[in-house]
Amino acid sequence: MSGKLKIRVDQDKCQGHARCKSLAPELFELDEFGNAHEVGDGSVPAGLEDKAWLAQTNCPEIAIEVQEE
Amino acid sequence: MSDSVSMMPEHPPVTDWVNDFDHTDPRWTENPFPIWDELRNECPVVHTKRFLGCYLPTTYQAVKEIAYDTEHFSSRRVIVRDVRPEVQRNAAPPITSDPPEHKPAKQLLLPPFTPDAMTKLEPRVRAICNELIDEFIEDGQCDAAARYTKHVPVRAIAHMLGIPEKDGDLFVKWIHMILELSIKNESMLVQAVQEMSAYFAGHIEHRKTHPTDDLISTLMKAKDKDGNPLEDSQVLGSLRLLLIAGIDTTWSAIGSSLWHLANTPADRDRLIAEPELMPSAIEEFLRAYSPVTMAREVMKETTISGCPVKPGNMVLLSFPAANRDPAMFPDADKVVIDRKENRHAAFGLGIHRCVGSNLARMEMTVAIEEWLKRIPDFRLDPAGKVTWSEGTVRGPRQLPVLFGKKN
Repeated sequence: MSGKLKIRVDQDKCQGHARCKSLAPELFELDEFGNAHEVGDGSVPAGLEDKAWLAQTNCPEIAIEVQEE
Repeated sequence: MSDSVSMMPEHPPVTDWVNDFDHTDPRWTENPFPIWDELRNECPVVHTKRFLGCYLPTTYQAVKEIAYDTEHFSSRRVIVRDVRPEVQRNAAPPITSDPPEHKPAKQLLLPPFTPDAMTKLEPRVRAICNELIDEFIEDGQCDAAARYTKHVPVRAIAHMLGIPEKDGDLFVKWIHMILELSIKNESMLVQAVQEMSAYFAGHIEHRKTHPTDDLISTLMKAKDKDGNPLEDSQVLGSLRLLLIAGIDTTWSAIGSSLWHLANTPADRDRLIAEPELMPSAIEEFLRAYSPVTMAREVMKETTISGCPVKPGNMVLLSFPAANRDPAMFPDADKVVIDRKENRHAAFGLGIHRCVGSNLARMEMTVAIEEWLKRIPDFRLDPAGKVTWSEGTVRGPRQLPVLFGKKN
């Protein structure tokens, strides 16, 4: 399906600001050090696209990639 | 070292900000924003001969380049002072550490400060806020900096460390000596660090025979990257960091937020009517009134945003100025509590991201929420004077406000 989004957190860039987890808790999870990972394979469920973009545009380290599949 | 006090340079009032800036000048302390705007228009990185030589980046881009460049810029000194005290081993890791020592020191501190850990602490912080408000709400007025914003982070960090919350006054005294008085009087730094170290050494000794489940014991039980227990000096260094970095900073952030809300009834009313805006409002307060200016020491010659930068100089790493850069933030000089895109750098950028950022956000959120619940209508006291801290951390140190029916 066109327009489906996929997210990925670049582990080399993430510094654990946790903005993504706060803005889109359905899409991101944190490890024991507070660094973020995408939930599952990073596929964004329908209806959460805005949250994916919001997380991307608020990450201070520009560590979140959002791709349109 | 004792002679250094008498040799301290004077700080004549600044008349040429581009070539002779001084972050302890009263104009900067009172209202730094127009100064940063003027400097940013002139050049992304300016220099002063004061403080034995220091650069100041004022664009987001320049601040970011420096924060990410640990090869040319060291964190071994993180406060710009009139003098350069000798670099101490285990001063306050990981904030004073460079790679490769930085990462293991930081990883020790991260787990106790995750958002989940903060959720567990939140009820205690909410109770602290209400205990404080109970003490002055009947008066119809208070100095919100002295009676409220100061005590929230002090009591929260004391609670986390497992030390008496009543010792908070001691902490505030040491932090004032280290972050403000020591810029112009090195003996204050020495005295405060000695007193603080002696205080914590006592708590560490006690826990060797009486282990607890607080943060001091957690650090004492931690292992370094080779599996060895930390030396007492490493535990002490981390405790120094948590106090130095965890108190003035959040005190300032809560204070500036309340100052803004006292001045801006429209934002106050909107936040009460639309509490779901609280997260974006907190991020906007962090951007617009970022309390913390860090520092680096130039180790090797390089260029930043096209400007040459030479070793022997310090850098005043102004995250607050970066956060006011209109090239990065539309309407940078306006406080927009529902700002959608906000990549602010209030907690730093790169490997030194503030380890306590989740704690600070929780404390700010809870302190503002509880204040607005109990004191929804308040304003600056026209008979009082708001004063701001000087130097590394900026926030209101006197914040006289009126509320209630008496006025």
